[in-house]
Amino acid sequence: MFWDKSAETIDRSALEKLQLTRLQETVGRVLKHVPFYQQQFAQAAIPSDVIRELADIRRLPFTTNADLRAQYPRGFLVGDGGGPVRLHTSSGTTGKPKAIFFSRGDIDRAANLAARCLVMSGNTDRDILQNMMTYGLFTGALMMHYGAEKVGMMVIPAGPGNSEKQLLLMQDFSSTVFHTTPSYALYFADFMEKKGVDPRRDLSLKRAFIGAEPYSEETRRKIEEAFGIEVYNSYGLSEMNGPGVAFECAAKQGMHLWEDHFLMEVLDPVTNEPVPEGCPGELVLTTLCREAMPLIRYRTRDITSVVAEPCSCGRTHRRIRRITGRTDDMLIVRGANIYPQQIERILMSVPGVGRNYLICLSGLDEMTVKVELSASEFDGRVERLVHLQTQLTERLRAEIMVKPLVELVPPGSLPPSEGKAKRVIDNRAL
Amino acid sequence: MSVIRLIAVFSENKVGQLSKLTGILAENGINIRCVTIATSEKFGVVKLLVDQPEIAWRKLQEQNLTVSWTDALAVEVEDKPGGLHRIAEALARHGINLENSSGFVACRRAILLVETSNPQEARRVLEEERFRLLTSSELMAI
Repeated sequence: MFWDKSAETIDRSALEKLQLTRLQETVGRVLKHVPFYQQQFAQAAIPSDVIRELADIRRLPFTTNADLRAQYPRGFLVGDGGGPVRLHTSSGTTGKPKAIFFSRGDIDRAANLAARCLVMSGNTDRDILQNMMTYGLFTGALMMHYGAEKVGMMVIPAGPGNSEKQLLLMQDFSSTVFHTTPSYALYFADFMEKKGVDPRRDLSLKRAFIGAEPYSEETRRKIEEAFGIEVYNSYGLSEMNGPGVAFECAAKQGMHLWEDHFLMEVLDPVTNEPVPEGCPGELVLTTLCREAMPLIRYRTRDITSVVAEPCSCGRTHRRIRRITGRTDDMLIVRGANIYPQQIERILMSVPGVGRNYLICLSGLDEMTVKVELSASEFDGRVERLVHLQTQLTERLRAEIMVKPLVELVPPGSLPPSEGKAKRVIDNRAL
Repeated sequence: MSVIRLIAVFSENKVGQLSKLTGILAENGINIRCVTIATSEKFGVVKLLVDQPEIAWRKLQEQNLTVSWTDALAVEVEDKPGGLHRIAEALARHGINLENSSGFVACRRAILLVETSNPQEARRVLEEERFRLLTSSELMAI
């Protein structure tokens, strides 16, 4: 099933030609309208006709998260026709947010990419989408909403949280699909269990799109089991379009990144050189079609790798693997580089572990991993709990090379994560 | 049935955890007949023998405590030197390992609560050795 078959199955040489033309247009556009890029090019003495072939992208400067904040509010906005009809911001936990502008055409293109994703994962105009992402400044809900409407699905704009209401809507309107974060999906699974709702018997769910936070394959399986559905991984960031930059097809073996709209590079985050295809590195994206706010070589800080082999679904757009971490999520504990996702992967693969966890760093590099116990696995035996604790400690040490203190805590005792989950608390006195 | 059901409650090993649990039971007029607490460093399991187990279980779960049923045998012990030894010796002879046990004396009767990974076999052995096993209602009537 395709939304835009000719674009999705375009042959690679035609795609590369298209990318080159669009890259040249994008560079021309920013050099004409965006003072930030004019200065960057001038400082590095880059000529305006630098792009002769796609590989020339490597001669262009990077755009970073910090650049977007420094240029807040309007520094990256292109002021000519095709001007903005929409402002979104990307969450800044500290300081100023990043302002992201969309023209009418940009929104339409984002919606079409979301529609490709929805159809690719099996949705039709008979599906009902319960959209549990945050509506508002965050792009997560709206772009998926527009995509679903294009497909002809019925959208329930439920927004996040309020689990009682979510369940009511799901029951009364027979939602077949939901869209949320991994942490809320797990939280909601617990909530249903407490309410005595069996989703296989009581609900009409078929699949879910889970994104906005990196998560592990084990977490996917946990969500699939808890709801009795297929879970599709979704990758996006507000700086690009929001959700729908890359998405899984029915094969669920990596996410097709829409290369006619985004030029992707995977770079070694230290040397900034491309990594060999298939090796992990930082995903760097250049927008190819954005009018209101084109971005050149934007450093996503997300760590992924490219799946080199063609996909059985027939789409020619290359796939990226599950995000394994963010360059700025990386923790350095006792000299070891650790991504929270490594810890999550271990926790979610051990039976007896519940659905929430917290990594606490304190003192001089002490790591404590608080893990919720699974209520249904508790059988009253202390011996089993001690065994579980020992097993987790050993498996974590083998994975991250640091021996953490594992604390088992009661289900539901860690801060509930109805939005983006906070998994790491760093109180180190370093 | 002479298998006794205890309520096991998971608890973090920190101040105020036990009082939360006992508070819920007190508020609901539930009487505790026997309690044992097994702790590891950071957590523990509280096991309770109560007069209204079904209600207690529901009330504790409603308050988001992590609870589970666990089976035990209540064996009457002769209240004199060597009384416990006879039971321990009988179980050992049949290769039965005790996981958690506790004893109490009430109204001049000594009762041993025995938890093992194989309560059926333990019951068979104890009955064969002519020990008296108490049912829940007998236990509550003491």
